[in-house]
Amino acid sequence: MTSARQKKDKGVRILFFSVALTSIAILLMIVIFLFMEGMPIFNKVNISQFIFGHYWYPTSRPPDFGIFPLILASIFVTMLSALIAVPLGVMTAIYLAELASQRVANVVKPVIELLAALPSVVVGFFGMVVVAPFLQEYFGIATGLNLFNASLMLAFMSLPTICSLSEDAIYSVPVMLKEGSLALGATHLQTIVQVILPASISGISTAIILGMSRAIGETMVVLMVAGGAAMIPMSIFDPVRPMPASIAAEMAEAAFRGDHYHALFATGIVLFLFTLSFNILADYISNKYRQAGEASL
Amino acid sequence: MNKEKTILDLSFERVHKRRQLVQTIIFSVVRMAALLSATGLFIVLYFIVSNGWKAISWDFLTQFPLDSMTKGGILPCIVGTLCLGIGAIVVALPIGVATGIYLNEYARPGKLLRIIRLGISNLAGVPSVVFGLFGLAFFVIWLGIGESILAGVLTLAALTLPVIIGSTEEALKAVPNTYREASLALGASRWQTISRVVLPAAMPGVLTGAILGLSRAAGETAPVMFTAAVFYTPYLPTSLFDKIMALPYHIYVLATAGTNIESTRPLQYGTALVLITLVLGMNFATILWRARLRKRMK
Amino acid sequence: MSENLKLCTKRLNFYYGKAQALYDISLNVKSSQVTALIGPSGCGKSTFLRCLNRMNDLIPIASVEGEIILDGFNINDPSTDVVLLRRRVGMVFQKPNPFPKSIFDNVAYGLRVNGVKNKAFIESRVEESLKKSALWEEVKDRLQESALGLSGGQQQRLCIARVLAIEPEIVLMDEPASALDPIATQKIEDLIGELKTNYTIIIVTHNMQQAARVSDTTAFFYMGKLIEVGETESLFTRPKLKRTEDYITGRFG
Repeated sequence: MTSARQKKDKGVRILFFSVALTSIAILLMIVIFLFMEGMPIFNKVNISQFIFGHYWYPTSRPPDFGIFPLILASIFVTMLSALIAVPLGVMTAIYLAELASQRVANVVKPVIELLAALPSVVVGFFGMVVVAPFLQEYFGIATGLNLFNASLMLAFMSLPTICSLSEDAIYSVPVMLKEGSLALGATHLQTIVQVILPASISGISTAIILGMSRAIGETMVVLMVAGGAAMIPMSIFDPVRPMPASIAAEMAEAAFRGDHYHALFATGIVLFLFTLSFNILADYISNKYRQAGEASL
Repeated sequence: MNKEKTILDLSFERVHKRRQLVQTIIFSVVRMAALLSATGLFIVLYFIVSNGWKAISWDFLTQFPLDSMTKGGILPCIVGTLCLGIGAIVVALPIGVATGIYLNEYARPGKLLRIIRLGISNLAGVPSVVFGLFGLAFFVIWLGIGESILAGVLTLAALTLPVIIGSTEEALKAVPNTYREASLALGASRWQTISRVVLPAAMPGVLTGAILGLSRAAGETAPVMFTAAVFYTPYLPTSLFDKIMALPYHIYVLATAGTNIESTRPLQYGTALVLITLVLGMNFATILWRARLRKRMK
Repeated sequence: MSENLKLCTKRLNFYYGKAQALYDISLNVKSSQVTALIGPSGCGKSTFLRCLNRMNDLIPIASVEGEIILDGFNINDPSTDVVLLRRRVGMVFQKPNPFPKSIFDNVAYGLRVNGVKNKAFIESRVEESLKKSALWEEVKDRLQESALGLSGGQQQRLCIARVLAIEPEIVLMDEPASALDPIATQKIEDLIGELKTNYTIIIVTHNMQQAARVSDTTAFFYMGKLIEVGETESLFTRPKLKRTEDYITGRFG
């Protein structure tokens, strides 16, 4: 009887193991199908023309399939959003982990969690109907739907990721390091800057990278507020067309398995490679540079 | 005591006032940043609620759009979003929970586990529009399901899987090891221990994960754009192979490509209000529920 | 006698939330002496020690009543600058807690945060402190290496050097050898003996032999109360109270 039970136990184990492989299987399928539908475009244009070509006119005759402006747009909105979201997110994390009383933290943390849960289409809508007219009027610019507005909204979307992961990292710095510094006559700020932040830097870097990964892959926000022009921007108030926006906006009108369709999938490959490398980098950092203090004793 | 000490004392006094001042200034900046982060949510909520509540009425929630979507209600969008969200959870929950159980209860540290975890974290990082492309290429075209609820559900299930795995694992970790040991010591097998002791104890945590996944799926736009959602349909869905309307896509369409973008603003705000009430409501419920669970655990 | 009184507490009471942890502790600490605090675990000796540099301020629910007089000033007074206080009253913790920085930077840390910029001064002070803590010979060739690479005993001596570098008047030690092996413990004890000529040392220990070896005065704590205090030799040989005798002879605790 015992042996039958053991057999069943082993069977269950194998079953769970196979189910656990589903995530990897999906990830692999994503790669396979992106490549299957994206590669045919490279029979028409070569890879460097596709990536470094300055013109994206997929519907003109003959069409141009150069996604360089789209890549640049994605990089610019992501960097600019990081410039806003990183200081805000990390400072909020410091506030929550070091300055806030328990009671205040118990209110602020759920608020940040809810911020993360806001559907991106709502944030995009807010950027369109509230932020854009404001920017247009305040800065006297042609359109409020531009790189800056998109970055602002993306910062908004990546802030919760950066904040809560950074807070975890700061929180897990051993209390005895903090006490050691304070006992030497360092101020609280000195302790934070010179001991706590260096000790949690790998966790904070991971948080920032994952936040940026979220920003570069975010679709609805850039689709609705970036302005949509597939040009290389000259100012932060120029309209742009980041990769996700291009894919989302054009897929419906692209002829099934035409060049345009394949080109959009190829853009998807490039976008996927960006987020994949961000995520692998984050994983590498968090494994390689274990948080100080954990391993020291 | 000795001369060196006075050197130290002197420099110390010189610096001390300044660093106290610097600390006061920097800490106020940090507090302002936190305030700004926290008010962001309320600013968005304020605009959506103050502009949207006027559009909300019984008719708005229970009627079909009229006059090329410039009037009427959003019933098909609500129904569509619920179908997609609930469907995604029905598919993703068993897979996610089983994965969570494997990771927390069976897996031993090693290369294989590292790879599985890396796969999950990368799946969580895939952009939603790429999920859309995948859903289109695999479910809609390759499997030949066509644009339909089913294709949308499967795509959203893939997207919410990491959320459910994460919260399942968290819930399982919170179950004290003494439960497992006690059950194993009584001669129960591993699986009996998990199914009769561990899982019931972790169930509330698993369910909060399901709600979080549901809200995530309900709020997504890009993945359903290519796989399930349509501009407009005069029918409520009757089968898994029907195309449907969805709240997020409806907002996008009305705001960017509607018949009359300016005059349908109230409808857009109203739809957005319904969507965030649904999504944030579910999230808020899980936050409260988790806080209560934590208290009980103590 | 009263002129070498360095620090004294007057009816010190301490609470974690509603739970009282210390009851009316009045204790005098003489300068250039080692005072040992002994007692079973949970008796409040560590809590008491952490009151002396206001380290308990970090615990949100903690509250304290009574006075702690250091050189004539009450450090529990709200006007006290705790940062200044902690420079004068250094602390060595139970577990070695070097910062994840180089050996040199660990020792220089206290100087730098206190505003010393002169490099030559910092270098000489680092060397001096490491010599005082008997670590110099072992680390002089690898000052730029991470302090986390040192053994536990070395790390603890580094933490002592770190404290000595800022020239505190009092050094608080919270079971500084409890996480160390016997040889490392021996070194720390030797060090305490050498340091007491220049510093006032207050050490918490659960090891009575250690207290007997290193201290001049011993205070016995039990259940949050100060039961008996006296010269170490007489307290260990002729305790006045039955409870003290029971504890030092190993009948409980």
